[in-house]
Amino acid sequence: MNHDHEYTPSNGFTKWLDKRLPLIRFADENMLSFPTPKNLNYFWTFGFILTLCLVTQIITGIVLAMHYTPHVLMAFDSIEHIMRDVNYGWLIRYIHANGASMFFLAVFIHMFRGLYYGSYKEPREILWILGVVIFLLMIITAFMGYVLVWGQMSFWGATVITNLVATIPVVGESILTLLLGGFSVDNPTLNRFFSLHYLLPFVIFGVVILHIWALHVTGNNNPTGISVKDSNDTISFHPYYTVKDLFAYVVFLLMFSYFIFYNPNILGHPDNYIEADPMVTPAHIVPEWYLLPFYAILRAVPDKLMGVLLMFGSIVVLFFLPWLDTMKVRSARYRPTYKIFYFTFLVCCLLLGYLGGQAPEGIYLFLSRVCTIYYFAFFLVVMPILSKYERPSPMPIGISNPAINNNLEMDDNLVPSGNN
Amino acid sequence: MRLSKVIIILFSFVFISNADSLSAAGGEAYKNLKPGFSFEGPFGKFDRESLKRGYQVYSEVCASCHGMKQLSFRNLSQPGGPEFSIDRVKEIAAEYFIMDGADEYGDPVERARIPSDRFQSPFDSKDAAKAANNGAYPPDLSLITKARSDGTNYIYSLLSGYEETMPENISIDDALSYNPWFPGNAIAMAQPLYDEMVEYTDGTEATISQMSYDVANFLTWAAEPSMEERKSLGIIVMGFLIIFLILMFFSVRRLFEDVH
Repeated sequence: MNHDHEYTPSNGFTKWLDKRLPLIRFADENMLSFPTPKNLNYFWTFGFILTLCLVTQIITGIVLAMHYTPHVLMAFDSIEHIMRDVNYGWLIRYIHANGASMFFLAVFIHMFRGLYYGSYKEPREILWILGVVIFLLMIITAFMGYVLVWGQMSFWGATVITNLVATIPVVGESILTLLLGGFSVDNPTLNRFFSLHYLLPFVIFGVVILHIWALHVTGNNNPTGISVKDSNDTISFHPYYTVKDLFAYVVFLLMFSYFIFYNPNILGHPDNYIEADPMVTPAHIVPEWYLLPFYAILRAVPDKLMGVLLMFGSIVVLFFLPWLDTMKVRSARYRPTYKIFYFTFLVCCLLLGYLGGQAPEGIYLFLSRVCTIYYFAFFLVVMPILSKYERPSPMPIGISNPAINNNLEMDDNLVPSGNN
Repeated sequence: MRLSKVIIILFSFVFISNADSLSAAGGEAYKNLKPGFSFEGPFGKFDRESLKRGYQVYSEVCASCHGMKQLSFRNLSQPGGPEFSIDRVKEIAAEYFIMDGADEYGDPVERARIPSDRFQSPFDSKDAAKAANNGAYPPDLSLITKARSDGTNYIYSLLSGYEETMPENISIDDALSYNPWFPGNAIAMAQPLYDEMVEYTDGTEATISQMSYDVANFLTWAAEPSMEERKSLGIIVMGFLIIFLILMFFSVRRLFEDVH
């Protein structure tokens, strides 16, 4: 760690406090003087943005819960009550609904950044795994939140997704009954989803604290992927990155505001403004946009159980990333072959998102299958093979030293040395 | 920065294509007509006179089958809507009755509605509505323009689309009507609007197209009475953010000048 600056309590009270609960010292070391690589680009602002997304969702969610009624006969009308009768209820609800989309947009960029610059590699394996845990919790939370609206898409989405559990051999049916609180999506389902939707964000918050803790043990990765060597490579988090992150957040807020104020319903489905009706099935049941890639993988497989396994597998495989890609060079900047496969993977994920919104037939089904195969091949085949055979391009010696390192094999900079 | 460009382009592609796929889900045979409404765009406001006429069409024609249970009479006088005077709203509300509470003998009491009461639905239940309408449920119209993709234009197209002649290669049930804008083209609602069907209090000529326009306008307001407030608050918020953005931009530049 960089010790150019050390916290010294300035007055009697802070000296007294520092000996008992070094709260200010903790804040100083982790938020103000924390040494951060000086070459971080704007892709590194998404951690900050995501933290604020979570806080926004929790605050607006708590207010919404004050006015919402989790009962099948009243849920839909209570949302309209929020939209029409509660002071600024429409604003709070639109922030919360579009906030979920913005949260996922930011988390996707954050994850693809990690994938590009090798942020999951040693020594950041735990950091990455905690991130995947957060992502999984976010999916579950968002899915349950969408059900609370109790529109047609809420009800039928819940029916389709919960029924996936029934494909588990032997115990599937029992778990499904427990999950639904009955034999179909009904009032007990709505009640437990409301309870869990309120609980899980706080669980996410806890894992986010672990995620940040892990980050502060290893320090940030950076666009070169070369480990920080000394204090010449770093600048303090404050004011440099507090200001840069805030700038990025304002840009993000501008886009967010466009959706809230000028197109608040474009990311949702019109059918969700029709109250849930168990007797009428919508023409197309589609999840929210951020779940479409996973939905496409689910439907790409002809066998139901295999589809479910692959859908969950598409997230589970992320946990093993640090051991699938063992290439010492972290950043794709110096991995020309990996870069090609990476961008193909990016296109493939976006294509899956598009295909998830189309009917699973003809060319759409065929493309879903091709993309699903590539999705898994990228992790399970391409990564291990490239780790073994790819020749990285010439790299600079350090973050502050642009001279080319001609002796890659002997370079211990690439082998992270933990805390510098 | 190559990665950033690629990501921005690709994400916008997904947003746009996703919006397209959602609007395709309705399966409309015809593209919606777009007569153009004053509320469109970031500065759009409702045409109050059109909203008033739209309410007249709704209450004299649509309301015999369709409820609007999310609306209260008071909404008709609030800013950003038709803005009827509060006295006019009291008169409108008093034309309807509601069972409210019980008298000293425990018998239910009926009273005239007041502005804080909701609109009256024409049927007591979904089943009663179906029984009176050949088995087809006339949907509540409170949220209809939000519950259909491109809802305002869809309602306008649907209501003014009954005059279209049915192609000869199509045959539909006698109890249904042909309407090219309805998914499946066979709609249970018979043609609801005819020229001069209502007599507009402001003297506007009540053509099918005019009534369809006014009622589509009214239903759009009813689906979200806070729309004008939302858009005007949006201008303030975005304006603030843009000023903040400029300040932050120069702060970042200044701060990183010395970082090499």
